[in-house]
Amino acid sequence: MDFTLQVWRQDSPDKEGRFEVYRATNISSDMSFIEMLDSLNIELEQKGDTPVSYECDCLEGICGTCSLMINGRAHGPGACTTTCQLHMRSFQDGETIVIEPFRAKSFPVIKDLIVNRSAFDRIIQAGGFVTVRTGSAPDGNAIPISKIDADLAMDAAQCIGCGACVASCKNSSAMLFTAAKVSHLSYIPQGQPERMERAKKMIEQMDEEGFGACTNQAECEAVCPKGISIKFIARMNRDFIRSSF
Amino acid sequence: MILLQQMLINNPIIKFYNSSIGKKIVMAVTGLMLIGFVVVHLLGNFQIFLGAEKFNAYAAFLKSIPGPLWAARIILLTAFILHFTTAFILSLNNKAARGGSYKNMATVQADFASRYMLESGVVIFIFIIIHLLHFTLGAIQPEFHDLDDGFMRDDVYRNVILGFSNGPYAYIYIVAMLFVGLHLKHAFWSMFQTIGVYSPALTPLLKKLSVFTAVAVAAGYISIPLSVIFGILK
Ligand code: SF4
Ligand code: FES
Repeated sequence: MDFTLQVWRQDSPDKEGRFEVYRATNISSDMSFIEMLDSLNIELEQKGDTPVSYECDCLEGICGTCSLMINGRAHGPGACTTTCQLHMRSFQDGETIVIEPFRAKSFPVIKDLIVNRSAFDRIIQAGGFVTVRTGSAPDGNAIPISKIDADLAMDAAQCIGCGACVASCKNSSAMLFTAAKVSHLSYIPQGQPERMERAKKMIEQMDEEGFGACTNQAECEAVCPKGISIKFIARMNRDFIRSSF
Repeated sequence: MILLQQMLINNPIIKFYNSSIGKKIVMAVTGLMLIGFVVVHLLGNFQIFLGAEKFNAYAAFLKSIPGPLWAARIILLTAFILHFTTAFILSLNNKAARGGSYKNMATVQADFASRYMLESGVVIFIFIIIHLLHFTLGAIQPEFHDLDDGFMRDDVYRNVILGFSNGPYAYIYIVAMLFVGLHLKHAFWSMFQTIGVYSPALTPLLKKLSVFTAVAVAAGYISIPLSVIFGILK
């Protein structure tokens, strides 16, 4: 397969960026999007050009490192997939593909397609943990948790912190991410003592980072590679109300 | 000064409003109040179909209880101002949060109404001003205002019929009500989501109810100028 790529190139955070057009030729339909970019970079290097910078790590959809806006959609077409799980057969032969970094004021571009998502780390640091006494491991079955709660906690805990929710939100809101991180601990007994404090602090940090506010359009849910539901945003809002008064 | 600043920063209400979710909740609660008004106002207006006698009596009744009337007006005005200013603050923040723009941005599932809430809101705002100047204050078409119905009452019925049969006001009204419907389609279920009401069973129902409310309110209001245009009300 052959593609025309329009790729965002930006040398450093404070330099102006621009789109460059490249041809990707002889691409196998079984290649992942990342492999396609790798093959482009090999060609660029052979020609003595600077390869395109992008991020990836696990290549199996669990780390959340890969992050590309592909044809206007975070992680490209298809539901519940990360960029690294996206196959080139999802595109038409000869198609023009626009590749941009995730854009948000709170996700400044580092280089080309790589953005700094440390804002997410700071939201987690603000309260996305449980305080436990260290020492010998507690007995695995000492704290009973219902299957329903365990499942819901796991649904929220699926979030891999990729930032696609922010990237695709018309308001650049980080509420899906924050809600997932607030909620997964709020379903389990271990998360109860700090529950209200946690919601409050994480939301404060989210605002401080300069993310937008949700308008319930659910674009985030549509592109989230882990299918995190906006029901967790409702749950976070509930915790917020309770923590405020 | 610093003490005052500290007091303001630590005031739970100010803290609440400063938070993005706090502002969203203000939008939801004031929105609920405004929807309540829109529905009650519609039910009141429907009495026009019962004839001039009933409708003018209803208007006279409202005027005879200035206390509750003004209380309701002040509460509504407060809700309205809060709803409107908060919408602008949120929108500006949201615009600023992008920082740069996409060459391409797809819309996967956000519906039309949800994407143009600010725009439909602004249209409704402008309409409310026209509407108040027209029927409440009589600054527009003053010749139809303060007519006497022969029983020493305001002939509000005539006011509506004449107001809608002269000039563009019936059409402005109809178009504005379509925007109200558009606004409500997203607003109604969205309110519940924002204040934290979500369940896999309830939310789809609320979304259906949202469409129903939007259509019912828009159609209900539009039925009045339409009836005047087609001579059903005269
Ligand atoms: S909620 Fe979904 S889209 Fe957002 S960071 Fe987590 S996994 Fe990514
Ligand atoms: S590289 Fe880990 S999720 Fe894509």
